[in-house]
Amino acid sequence: MKHRLQFAGKKLIRMLLLLLGVSLAAFLLMNASPLDPLETNIGQAALGSMSQEQIAGLQEYWGMDTPPVERYLGWLSDFVRGDMGTSLLYRQPVAQIIGQRLASSLWLMAFAWLFSGILGLILGVTAGATRGRWPDKLIRGYCLLISSTPAFWLAILLLMVFSVWLGILPIGLSVPIGMDAAGVTLADRLRHAVLPALTLSITGVANIALHTREKMADIMESDYLLFARARGESGRSILLRHGLRNVALPAITLQFASISEIIGGSVLVEQVFSYPGLGQAAVTAGLGSDLPLLLGITVVTAAMVFGGNLAADLLYGAVDPRIRRRAAKR
Amino acid sequence: MKKDWNRRKSAAVLFSACAFVLCAVTAAGLLLSDYAMETDFTQKNLSPSLSHLFGTDWMGRDMLARTLTGLSLSIRIGLLTALVSCVLALLLGTAAATLGRRVDACISWCVDLFLGIPHILLVMLLSLAFGKGLAGVVAGVSLSHWPALARVVRAEVFQLRQAPYLLAAEKLGVSRFAVARRHLLPHLLAQFLTGLILQFPHAILHEASITFLGFGLSPEQPAVGIILSESMRYLTTGKWWLALFPGLSLVLVVLLFARMGERLRQMGNPASVHQ
Amino acid sequence: MEPILSVRNLSISFTQYTSKTRRHRLHVIDDLSLSIEAGQVVAVVGASGSGKSLLAHGILGILPYNAFLEGSIRYGGEALDQARAARLRGKEIVLVPQGVTYLDPLMKVGPQIRKGRRGKPLLDRCRAVLARYGLGPEVEDAYPFALSGGMARRVLISTAVIESPRLIIADEPTPGLDAQAAGRIMGHFRELADGGAGVLLITHDLELALTVADRVAVLYAGQTVEEAPACAFAAGRLLHPYTKALYQALPQNGFIPIPGTQPYPGEIAQGCLFAPRCDRCRAQCKEASIPYRAVSSGYVRCLTAEEEETA
Repeated sequence: MKHRLQFAGKKLIRMLLLLLGVSLAAFLLMNASPLDPLETNIGQAALGSMSQEQIAGLQEYWGMDTPPVERYLGWLSDFVRGDMGTSLLYRQPVAQIIGQRLASSLWLMAFAWLFSGILGLILGVTAGATRGRWPDKLIRGYCLLISSTPAFWLAILLLMVFSVWLGILPIGLSVPIGMDAAGVTLADRLRHAVLPALTLSITGVANIALHTREKMADIMESDYLLFARARGESGRSILLRHGLRNVALPAITLQFASISEIIGGSVLVEQVFSYPGLGQAAVTAGLGSDLPLLLGITVVTAAMVFGGNLAADLLYGAVDPRIRRRAAKR
Repeated sequence: MKKDWNRRKSAAVLFSACAFVLCAVTAAGLLLSDYAMETDFTQKNLSPSLSHLFGTDWMGRDMLARTLTGLSLSIRIGLLTALVSCVLALLLGTAAATLGRRVDACISWCVDLFLGIPHILLVMLLSLAFGKGLAGVVAGVSLSHWPALARVVRAEVFQLRQAPYLLAAEKLGVSRFAVARRHLLPHLLAQFLTGLILQFPHAILHEASITFLGFGLSPEQPAVGIILSESMRYLTTGKWWLALFPGLSLVLVVLLFARMGERLRQMGNPASVHQ
Repeated sequence: MEPILSVRNLSISFTQYTSKTRRHRLHVIDDLSLSIEAGQVVAVVGASGSGKSLLAHGILGILPYNAFLEGSIRYGGEALDQARAARLRGKEIVLVPQGVTYLDPLMKVGPQIRKGRRGKPLLDRCRAVLARYGLGPEVEDAYPFALSGGMARRVLISTAVIESPRLIIADEPTPGLDAQAAGRIMGHFRELADGGAGVLLITHDLELALTVADRVAVLYAGQTVEEAPACAFAAGRLLHPYTKALYQALPQNGFIPIPGTQPYPGEIAQGCLFAPRCDRCRAQCKEASIPYRAVSSGYVRCLTAEEEETA
């Protein structure tokens, strides 16, 4: 048990260091931007009609006169104390915005994550087990097609078919327009989340299925599967007893590694459906040079990705007997 | 069954066919770039017909010409960014594997760091740092793709360095430079070319995505991302052709690149022959 | 007596690419014949690359899908086709593979030996089989990676013995073991044959094979070149030059190496495949294909065997 804790501790420290690196990198990139936040948000014309004092006030508000080092250290010391700063565009605490946005995005992402994980595993195993024959060709064709399709165009396509053409699902947003928060039912929320979640799932499946297929194909070529056949085990028994067992480990890694992709996909999909989630906030913050908000979102999503990797590492150690034993010997 | 017609030969033929189509699209886009900007308000909002195969938009511009011009732009940006990111990956991956533990730890840490930021966010940040526009897209896409590939190159070089024939060469007193040039390079070059072609689809997709979000090419340019983001405004009014054909063409182009990469890998890798 | 297994003119070929865009049939096993009677250990000896493992897979009906099998395999007097092989493998016909990679790395040894079947009688039988090979009940709960090389071989033999096999195919069951451990494993196969089963021992190790085998078939470039009783080796009654050379290459018999290398499948288009390395080679050896003929003590594929016998 002790070594497991040590292992987890080491990973955790590395993760924190990486997060620090991410925040610094993101800050440096945003700071390096030649774009003038005042011009982007207020406009050349409006700026021209303002007095020097007004402009100076705005420059101070957007943090343009603070030296970068001081600005980053200030942000960092606040962050460590749990304060992520205030969004310049929304004029609300970043933590609060991220909390609200994440809550609505998490619906989508969790659904897409589970759905694409399970379906991807099933498709991948099927394709790997029947490689070279028609189910494999069909699944591989589907995966190739989907991975060549931009997520946002797929979203537009679904929007055209289900919302505009068939008119059975709403165009966007997470709740009906003009309805106050109290009147929104769970059914409303679900109806608005169907298309974004579906888009995310469809795109997520391809990657997981393709990778699972590779692993499964390796397993099908393995000595132990040959021996299982030589021992007269039926195709079904081979697949269930040996195939699934051995594909489960790489599948765990794949599943947790897909978090990054799901988040990336949600940025595009939320933009198409004007779904008020974290991804849409990131785009708004980026376009409006809202440094605190974009920095906060970057750090939070990176933490989710690293957390996923950490979970995969720990789970792997708990499931794989080889790692368990090696760790115990140490 | 014709004996000569088999997978390998068909792979070579398909590869050439894909390359030809993509070249044709690139050339057509370049030639049509002026026509793509021509507005004609007597011809606006036309649904697809024989004179305008992809229809026209709200300013009477021919969508086929705009799509081809956009694709041509995408392909050229894709080529550039894929090349830059592959060279970066090759250099950093090789450096990590050959320049000692400290360099390796440093580069690996950077790779982990970059892979930790969701890709599209990273492209956004990079594009902002370079002031959006063409420079932003090129920098964003080419500087964000190297980590995953560098990791592969690093592992590959590590494995190669342990290869008995290279250890033997080193023991025989062949200089490190000569080993790198005569043995490492030819081996890596094949991998590099395949990696490059497999990188195109990603590069093109990310270029389109980032432009769609508004972090890329400016609205005056007929990029596919711009065309599609503009089409969003006309979706509810039933102008389906504005989104359908440009997107479909983009998928086709990406698909062709993906197939090309796949074919190239097949031709170079004898183990996949029986698949 | 009817042999348990008889293989006649077996040929196994693959589709292969010779250049980037050309393909043709590649015969890995070409005209292989042998037979095994109950209670016998028959060794098939050949250098690596002579297609030995494919013979095992061919008999069991588990060749890769791009392989073609021709010739006849008869088991218990009846033709052994794909369907019959599928019914019998793992029950009457069992395989003992090379090493630990043939065990599922993520499954405990016990359930693997029992193929996941449950029930008290089977559990007891499993215990008994393991005990027979000197393995304690704790081995049942071990994962394959925890087994030593010798233990792994004994576990693999246990997977065969827990069934009631009539034909045991052992494919290189000893590489990586020291001489003593390998000898013990060989002893186990002898025991199984003495118990009434037929054992087909596929190996590259002639010396080891001679310690237990009743008869030895020698494979060269996918062809059986000679089948002789084990006693013929020490007695110097060998007929084929390759068999002789193989025997003389053993350390205790002079350690005389054979010049040249075994040809790749398809490298020599016609005539005797051993001709380039043979000191008795004649003009006619290089022309027609050489028949595999019955001689007093077995079979041989050589035109000049008779003069050797009378000399």
